[in-house]
Amino acid sequence: MIPVVPPARTEGPTPLFGAYGIVKRFGDFTANDGIDLEIRAGEIHALLGENGAGKSTLMKILYGLLEPSEGVVTHRGDVVRLANPEAARALGIGMVFQHFSLCENLTVAENIALVMPRSLSGRGLKARIAAVGTTYGLHLDPDRPVWSLSAGERQRIEIIRCLLQDPHLVILDEPTSVLTPGEADLLFGVLERLRDEGRALLYISHRLDEVRRLCTRATILRGGRVVGTCDPRTETARSLAAMMVGVQVGEVTPPAGEAAGPERLVLSGLTLSAPGLHGTALNRVSLSVRGGEIVGIAGIAGNGQAELFDALSGEALAPEPGMVRFDGVMSGRLGITARRRGGAGFVPEERNGHGAAPTLSLSDNAILSRHATAGLSRFGFLRRAAARSLARAVIDTFDVRKAGPDPAAGTLSGGNLQKYLMGREILAEPGILVVNQPTWGVDALAAAHIRQALLDLAGRGAAVLVMSQDLDELFEIAGRIAVLHDGTLSPAVPTGETTRETLGLLMGGAEPAAVPPQISMVADAPRVPTHAH
Amino acid sequence: MRIDLTPRANRSALMDALSPVLAFLAALVVGGFVVAALGRSPAAAFVTYFVAPLSEVWSLQEVALKAAPLALIATGLAFCFRANVWNIGAEGQFVMGGLFGGWIGVATHGATGNTAWVLPLMLVVGTLAGLLYALIPALLKVRLGVSEILTSLMLVYVAELLLDYMARGPLRDPAGFNFPQSVAFDEAARLPYLMEGDTLHAGVAIALAVLVLASLVLARTLFGFTVRVVGASPRAARFAGFSDARLTLAVFAVSGAAAGLAGISEVAGRIGQLQPSISPGYGFTAIIVAFLGRLSPVGILVAALVIALTTIGGEGAQIDLKLPLDLTRAFQGLLLALVLGADALSRYRVRLVPGVAA
Repeated sequence: MIPVVPPARTEGPTPLFGAYGIVKRFGDFTANDGIDLEIRAGEIHALLGENGAGKSTLMKILYGLLEPSEGVVTHRGDVVRLANPEAARALGIGMVFQHFSLCENLTVAENIALVMPRSLSGRGLKARIAAVGTTYGLHLDPDRPVWSLSAGERQRIEIIRCLLQDPHLVILDEPTSVLTPGEADLLFGVLERLRDEGRALLYISHRLDEVRRLCTRATILRGGRVVGTCDPRTETARSLAAMMVGVQVGEVTPPAGEAAGPERLVLSGLTLSAPGLHGTALNRVSLSVRGGEIVGIAGIAGNGQAELFDALSGEALAPEPGMVRFDGVMSGRLGITARRRGGAGFVPEERNGHGAAPTLSLSDNAILSRHATAGLSRFGFLRRAAARSLARAVIDTFDVRKAGPDPAAGTLSGGNLQKYLMGREILAEPGILVVNQPTWGVDALAAAHIRQALLDLAGRGAAVLVMSQDLDELFEIAGRIAVLHDGTLSPAVPTGETTRETLGLLMGGAEPAAVPPQISMVADAPRVPTHAH
Repeated sequence: MRIDLTPRANRSALMDALSPVLAFLAALVVGGFVVAALGRSPAAAFVTYFVAPLSEVWSLQEVALKAAPLALIATGLAFCFRANVWNIGAEGQFVMGGLFGGWIGVATHGATGNTAWVLPLMLVVGTLAGLLYALIPALLKVRLGVSEILTSLMLVYVAELLLDYMARGPLRDPAGFNFPQSVAFDEAARLPYLMEGDTLHAGVAIALAVLVLASLVLARTLFGFTVRVVGASPRAARFAGFSDARLTLAVFAVSGAAAGLAGISEVAGRIGQLQPSISPGYGFTAIIVAFLGRLSPVGILVAALVIALTTIGGEGAQIDLKLPLDLTRAFQGLLLALVLGADALSRYRVRLVPGVAA
């Protein structure tokens, strides 16, 4: 067991911001249940917890987006009321959101001016953007349109927006989730500089290695309560994960040996033009996945994952039938139903609205992808009883938690819906399974279940292709890894013969030839335990 | 100042069911003020509009006769609108159904021998005419990407002018003293009355049967499932393997067939001959009925009865209270606006947020 330290009461100087006895109820549900948190000037304070632990609620209370049902927030010892974000900003609280709120067709400066008070958004704004940029190394051309920027550059806009108001406390919500390892390093430099200036930072992340590297204190939430505070530098990623989840996270069984099965999924020179203005074209993508192996495709979001997924599923048709072959069948011009009949299964990234229709019941969502392969319709009539029993089988086998007998898919939590969608495909025993971001936004326990289910499926002889932004995940389950950057796929290399640094460079756009398989310069960088998540 | 609409996490089933009723009551209150402003008694207007038509057998039959084509067309349109396909041309499909079905009635005028096939043939031809006419905008959309809203609407005028020409020209009754109308159909070409001596004809039963069939199709078949998924989540529908193009053609065919059947039922039922105009705008009013009924067959039945009631009541109000016909139209429009507004309020929570956008 991990020793659980009781939440620290005021010791030493008055904290910059304090939150005491915070309770937030939504109807019958208590999201925050008596939370104490103290943030001091000059520290990077981590807020850790699984999905649903209450991190977002607490963060929204501190930024004035929600008002607590009970409890107080203090600023330098005085009780303050944060009725709205304006009040929070007036006290010097700034926030960098996980999901950017930017207008694609406006320039950097226009996007910043949009949210500035009138007094700050006039002339001289560009000069101030440039000044902040130089001070913190956040280089950005104020006149570039946002659609032409990478995710890391977009995040800089959000950070500059925040810094222009000279905040005392900066709240960062999962700031590295869209960044390459290199971009993340740049961000860490900025954050350390802000800390050294005496600002406080509240850092919300599920990437434990980052927390251990950056933060000097961590508050861990579980089920809406504080279960401990600690110095993350003295903990291991594994012990932090155990505190978050409350139990030891089971290690998944790694793939055994070389996959010797036949080639089941083959892409040869798959080329596809971009589907829309901001889409990514696929450029001669070639890959083969054998039965019994999991191949991982790493890459930062927006580099063609969605387009590749659609081309594999048949939602987008390839120009030539031979560009996509499933078990030897030329499938490039076949629709998704024909591909499913041939024994393929697909789990897209977006659960609500792509993999499932959120307003339809779970049994209706079983019909959605299995109507042709599970005998759920006969002579054009639906077999509702069969659909309900299939849904029940998925729910039982994959331990899906839900309210009511057959609720709408949209009412399930992210992790449970993902388990349902994975189960829906895996119970069909597909010979080929393509999954995009299998554990995105899923809590640690559910993620471990999903990864184990993928490994088991491969163990039964299926070819599994997993696209993920989470390198830890790919190192854990994939036998070979390729990198997708700007619609171009690097050759897949065995997981044991590559490093996070090499993949990181490829994700950032380096030519595969320019990157040696091992980089000696960074070989002594601390290796992250790949199982801890 | 900014207005925020946040989706309600827990929608109350009671409020969902009650919101159209509340909207109807609100429309009554607003309508009452308008009637008072016109210098008439709101109470008398209420009685004339909503009580009088329900108190006599003949006017109850009139309500049913008005509601039947509205419900039939709206049921077809519900398939389109649920699938996010916008067929605005049901009026034209209705007219084509009446014209081509009625043509059989004109051509068989005076036929002798066994004529039992005439009426079924008229119904089939009318249905097919509406279906084929609806496929024109559907094909233009699928093949060339032309907006179906514009093409289906413009084809209404083509159909109306074609009927006008046929009724005044080639199909005019040669012995009709130059009146612009065809011969009166034979008995074999008329829909039978449901009860002897009444005006209620078999078209009302046909409409009810189609309504039942449509709710079965929506709830029990893969096609109905497809329509529901596309409306709920277009991307999930593509993931399910349902083809956009095929679905567009199918829902246009369904709604065109329903409108065509309504057209020939009107011609072979109440009218009994071809005239330059056979519809008081059923095809357009049915759009209101479809949305008032929230695109569900049961809701559409109720909505069609309410709209028919206000129409019949409006005729009474014109005669008894000298209220303008436009008041009826305005009330129907007001009712739709309030029902849609009440739906939005039951689905979203409205917050007024002072200050600038965050």
